Amino acid sequence: MSSRRSRSRQSSSGRITDQQIDDLMSKLQSLLHEARHGSHDRASAAKVLQDTCSYIRSLHREVDDLSERLSELLDAAGASSAQAAIIRSLLM
Amino acid sequence: MDSKSSACSSPNPNPTLGPSKLMLAFRFLRALSLVRRTTPASSRTCRGRRIERAAYASMAYTAGASRAWSRAVLRRLHHRARRRAVAPRRLSTTAGNRAEALRRLVPGGGGMDYCTLLEETADYIKCLSMQVELMQGIVDSASSYGP
Repeated sequence: MSSRRSRSRQSSSGRITDQQIDDLMSKLQSLLHEARHGSHDRASAAKVLQDTCSYIRSLHREVDDLSERLSELLDAAGASSAQAAIIRSLLM
Repeated sequence: MDSKSSACSSPNPNPTLGPSKLMLAFRFLRALSLVRRTTPASSRTCRGRRIERAAYASMAYTAGASRAWSRAVLRRLHHRARRRAVAPRRLSTTAGNRAEALRRLVPGGGGMDYCTLLEETADYIKCLSMQVELMQGIVDSASSYGP
């Protein structure tokens, strides 16, 4: 079952899909399980940590990029259209 | 029970995000309108930075005080003029220095034991992606509406 959100995320810094996030979450879970129960699979643990760091960095970049775009949009849009857009995005 | 727009009838795969997503949206939008009111139109870069800080603040307030990363974010925001380095030098020897790079990326990561770090990381990533999704949604709506 492929579950796709109605809105896909696109940004200049590359696209992070929900599937990738879910993957990462389960990897982190298994890593946590390993850490608690004493098994040390160094190679895969290192890879998961590396992937995790990449994800966090790209999420930080997205926040940065989206902040700039929001700044531009607040500038360009009139007060009422910006508010309408925001309320629409809340309801969807 | 969340449901997305009628354009796509796929169910929300993360129903637990419902109430906190709304709280996040309220906080962020309130901060956004404050930024808009108080920042002069000429300083777009400054406004961009303020929006970014509003994003992290909303995230942290919504996550609450129960998370070490959110406490660290709020500490950092309130003392941003003085404190740049987040990670304290003292790492407990039993925890070791595992995952140094990750510790630098996750707020408050420096002083945590390894297991806590992994838990905090998972929560941080979930909240970060929720924030990104919110911001992307606002940008999409505002862009499609047009002047």
